[in-house]
Amino acid sequence: MNRVALAGNPNVGKSTLFNALTGLRQHTGNWAGKTVATARGQYTFDGEEYQLVDLPGTYSLAAHSQEEAVARDYIESSQADGVVVVCDATCLERNLILVLQVLELTGKVLVCVNLLDEAERLGVKVDLPALSRRLGVPVVGTAAGRQEGLDNLKAAIAKLVGSEARAAPKRAPCERVTLAERYAAQVVRSEETDRRRRQQRLDRLLTSKSTGIPLMLLLFGLVVWLTVAGANIPSAMLTALFARIGELLEGWLAGAPAWLSGVLLDGMYRVTAWVVAVMLPPMAIFFPLFTLLEDLGYLPRVAFVMDHAFQKCRACGKQCLTMCMSIGCNACGVTGCRIIDSPRERLIAILTSSLVPCNGKFPTLIALITLFFVGGRSGLMASVEGAAMLLGTLVLGVAGTLACSRLLSATFLKGMPSSFALELPPFRKPRVGEVVIRSVLDRTLFVLGRAVAVAAPAGVVIWLMANVTVGDATLLAHCTGFLDPFARLFGLDGVILMAFILGWPANEIVLPVMLMAYLATGNLVEFDNLTALGQLLTQHGWTWLTAVCTMLFSLFHWPCSTTCLTIYKETDSLKWTALSVALPTALGLGLCLCVTTMARLLGLA
Amino acid sequence: MCEALCLSALREGESAYVTEVKAGPAMDRRLTDLGLVRGTRVTCILRSPAGDPCAYLIRGALIALRRADADGVSLERQTQAVPNQAVAT
Repeated sequence: MNRVALAGNPNVGKSTLFNALTGLRQHTGNWAGKTVATARGQYTFDGEEYQLVDLPGTYSLAAHSQEEAVARDYIESSQADGVVVVCDATCLERNLILVLQVLELTGKVLVCVNLLDEAERLGVKVDLPALSRRLGVPVVGTAAGRQEGLDNLKAAIAKLVGSEARAAPKRAPCERVTLAERYAAQVVRSEETDRRRRQQRLDRLLTSKSTGIPLMLLLFGLVVWLTVAGANIPSAMLTALFARIGELLEGWLAGAPAWLSGVLLDGMYRVTAWVVAVMLPPMAIFFPLFTLLEDLGYLPRVAFVMDHAFQKCRACGKQCLTMCMSIGCNACGVTGCRIIDSPRERLIAILTSSLVPCNGKFPTLIALITLFFVGGRSGLMASVEGAAMLLGTLVLGVAGTLACSRLLSATFLKGMPSSFALELPPFRKPRVGEVVIRSVLDRTLFVLGRAVAVAAPAGVVIWLMANVTVGDATLLAHCTGFLDPFARLFGLDGVILMAFILGWPANEIVLPVMLMAYLATGNLVEFDNLTALGQLLTQHGWTWLTAVCTMLFSLFHWPCSTTCLTIYKETDSLKWTALSVALPTALGLGLCLCVTTMARLLGLA
Repeated sequence: MCEALCLSALREGESAYVTEVKAGPAMDRRLTDLGLVRGTRVTCILRSPAGDPCAYLIRGALIALRRADADGVSLERQTQAVPNQAVAT
């Protein structure tokens, strides 16, 4: 089998090209012993098998970061029969610096000038044969997003692996830059187009003093609103569907002993069904919308707009990008922190990652907002109000992140902000079809699968706790009774605190556990109707204050089990993992205590 | 702030040429990787709401830099690039 490495700068469409070449025949993982992601995939051309190794996207091969070291070592070790350097046609000059560097390590190089379609729209023309003559290696043009030029590329790769070539002599970094400038001047023709002017206008609109921040809030608000408003109907439909299936299962289990049907049906099935019905619709709406913003190139602009605040907190502006990932799933946000170069700033981002509410907390937050602050109404205005409050909760999460980042910079992770260079790639037309497939396959189903995997056993544990009686009460009642006096200090009660503890495997099950404990029927109940839920909570002494404290604690408490495990893997340290648990918990309890004490002193509740 | 013209003093839409880059070793390498060396033409394109960071067009790519880092890059306004060391081909 022939082995070919893919190298290139970040944001040149390398992953799209990799996917276009290998389709679904790929697997991803980490480089041995390193926290650097790798992807390998296969394709067949002319009866020959080829393995593609996707090297991390880097600006250089100087081995100053783990990514650069991985890429450099791989190219130098001559494990590959050839290296394809992917370039962005819209900014070829900068990309050529890396091409020249690769040419000094190996001569078996093929240059792939990608994004030709986008370059054309921006008025950039590249003379590929001339570039090939200057560099002395084959050059192929592609537009991977449109599947154009892939056959040419495969043919060129086939020729490359059979060729013999020597590496170029070493050059000083400055010489490479000058040489790249000269080559680019000789082969690239560029003219101002309407599209380029439109891009600049859009950029100015999204980042300027007067419109940058309002537009950012509006865009995120829109995403949240679409998620909140759009998820209601499919959620109700799924709940009804699962109830029907539940009845069928009940029929089949009619002959089984009561404890068995209890564990399987009331425990495992109901909890899992709840998690799916409540989680799937918002995720299926949120993730594609979010991937669309990502694909468009908006997220780096958010980091650009927000960087000043992070600089003040002595953190890295790229933390904004990892926070965005955390909204989807905290564990994804933690892994995403690899994009931050400085180890100190990466740790800050990891430790504060769970201060941004993930998707799994949304159902609880939405239910409480609707019940206690929007008055249980439904309709357009109510959903807008609900979305605005949820956005407010998100903003509070961002404020908490900034405050804790500053605190960490002053205590455990002392230091000044390191230098920062963030590329703002051109806006790209999102490929809607690919976005939907990718976000559903890679994100929605992945996160859902993990949630179900923990919800099913958690359902059994919860059922057992609610049904096994010790002395005069169930295990669950003993626990909640024990926690109650402590929890009351913080405006919560024993049941709420216990629900958060049992919800450690997945935040989605917090609300159902609470309901189960209140109803004391020993199994999870479904509320298709929010009014009934509201009445139940009020009967158990809930006031607006309880709702506020529960929302605050939901926002700021220990990270879920998956996130804890991911933090341990990324930091390789129990100490930092423990701090990542202690920090949000202390913040949440502190805020709840303040709010409760204030409200009680002022006689508001 | 810098005394002569430096990158952080460049106004939106203005262009100039780099005469000297003073930065820590890590940033110096990163800037070289991005192609920001003596003689490079830079244009200030965007200013974030707080005025820091700003985004500059460097060799066809839009790169955001913080003021603290941009302070170390000296510029001069002239229409021709300053001659760089000769390149052997």
